[in-house]
Amino acid sequence: MRTMAGGLGRRGLMAGAAAIAALGASGAAAEHPVRTRAKIVIVGAGAAGLAAASRLAQRLDGAEITLLDRRREHLYQPGFTLVAAGLKAPGYTVSATRDYVPRGATLIEEAAAEIDPVGRSVTTESGRRVPYDFLIVATGLALDYAAIEGMDVNRIGRDGLGSVYAGPEQAAATWRAMSDFADRGGTALFLRPATEMKCAGAPLKYAFITDDVLRRRGNRGRAELVYNAHNRALFSVPIVAEKVRMLYQERGIRVNHDHVLRAIDPGRRIATFRTPGGDVEQRYDFINVVPPMRAPQVVRNSPLPWQSGPFAADGWAEVDRHTLRHVRFPEVFCVGDVAGVPKGKTAASVKWQVPVAVDHLIATIQGRQSSERYNGYTSCPLITRIGRAMLVEFDYNDNLVPSFPGVIAPLEELWITWIMKEVGLKPTYLAMLRGRA
Amino acid sequence: MKELDLATLVAVFEEMLGWTLWPIVAACAVATLAFLYVVLRDRGVVAGRMLRAELLGVLGGVAAVAVMFVVTNSSPADLGGPIDWLLVVGIFAAGLVGTVIASYAAMGLFARAPERAGAALRERALGA
Repeated sequence: MRTMAGGLGRRGLMAGAAAIAALGASGAAAEHPVRTRAKIVIVGAGAAGLAAASRLAQRLDGAEITLLDRRREHLYQPGFTLVAAGLKAPGYTVSATRDYVPRGATLIEEAAAEIDPVGRSVTTESGRRVPYDFLIVATGLALDYAAIEGMDVNRIGRDGLGSVYAGPEQAAATWRAMSDFADRGGTALFLRPATEMKCAGAPLKYAFITDDVLRRRGNRGRAELVYNAHNRALFSVPIVAEKVRMLYQERGIRVNHDHVLRAIDPGRRIATFRTPGGDVEQRYDFINVVPPMRAPQVVRNSPLPWQSGPFAADGWAEVDRHTLRHVRFPEVFCVGDVAGVPKGKTAASVKWQVPVAVDHLIATIQGRQSSERYNGYTSCPLITRIGRAMLVEFDYNDNLVPSFPGVIAPLEELWITWIMKEVGLKPTYLAMLRGRA
Repeated sequence: MKELDLATLVAVFEEMLGWTLWPIVAACAVATLAFLYVVLRDRGVVAGRMLRAELLGVLGGVAAVAVMFVVTNSSPADLGGPIDWLLVVGIFAAGLVGTVIASYAAMGLFARAPERAGAALRERALGA
């Protein structure tokens, strides 16, 4: 008994401590709750919405906190890659949203149909008007599969068509398609969209994982792996991009630049890419489609998106990058994927954005200034094979910001980083939802 | 990383281990207390029993490392840098120490009374 207990405890401790670092840790606010009658509406009960609700419920006394979200399941999206690697069942990523709603907050199981930041209200899909004093927009983003001509989400898992992002079942179906490919060999295509996207490391990881599965089955020599980058770089952080380039070269993963998926013919297994020299058709035996990503329609149709600049076209919310406060509507904060800020759309970003936005919101209630700033920190345990990963942490300025400098090297393929991803990350994420990490 | 406090660690372990966290902590505490009780009762460590516990401890350490590899879908071939080897040593040490403490305590608690007295006497004689 002691063996199990002692062993598990210590091992867990290490994995937990490292994973907390990956998500970024800060203790729950210990100060006395602030008394207020403020009405706070949170649109979206995903990672960012639930974490914000939990933090607000901890720090406020008497506030009316309302969450709006139609989806009853909560999806642990960082787990999709593990499902698509055949290591976890789809259920590993699914739980109930209600289980994370803090005491004192109300969940309305309806989608928001309209956000009116001028009239300070949100209207639900059933026409119910919910007024607010403060609004937190945490809608996440929309996967725009329709933008890829010929793409059919229902075919994921058949005819070599994979797409890890579409959901837990689709991630499992992607594993089946990739596993079939790993048995037979052929050509596999990997890619990413030209839009902003969540976890930009995920498409890179899946190429690494496919390479590893092929090697384990002795079929690497029968397969060609091609990664079609949307621009001139493999990753937005130059030092990471260079490391991935070296690893891809070592693993024999061919790279094309300036290739953006425009159309797909699942029956004939042909993908068409837009390139500077015109459209290019590529035949595949397996493909991992990553769709363009945009702000959800309810945000795009509101006055919240950027009016100009690189974040305008896809409707990302125009917030100050250091406070997550909307630049035109100061009582509105936008956190998580929907925020129009550079760099990561990840759970780690959420972990660091939410306490900052919440502190600024509460400071406004109290009539004080908050000094909290979000520096763009995000992290990505970049899996380079099953059993190893690189802990890549960076900020707005493309600086590497390792949590354990000199101990866990950011650009080194390590087992400890894999353990963080496999064992430590999910409990840390769930603790974050409850405002406890 | 901003701060890494005890409350955060407890929260993460509650999510990781669920309801089993506190029974595990309690089992660790009980095993440690039982070990201390046996050592105090016998007025010292009984060498033969400790040797047997240490041999079991080596097995416990190996088992801890093996379980870690199985649970994380990985293998010794995945160890990539010094920190990985340190982690393996740490896991081995945790398994070893845990097993030694638990097995020594168990052997001490279930040893027959004359054997206990005899062992303690022999220890004292040897010590003298």
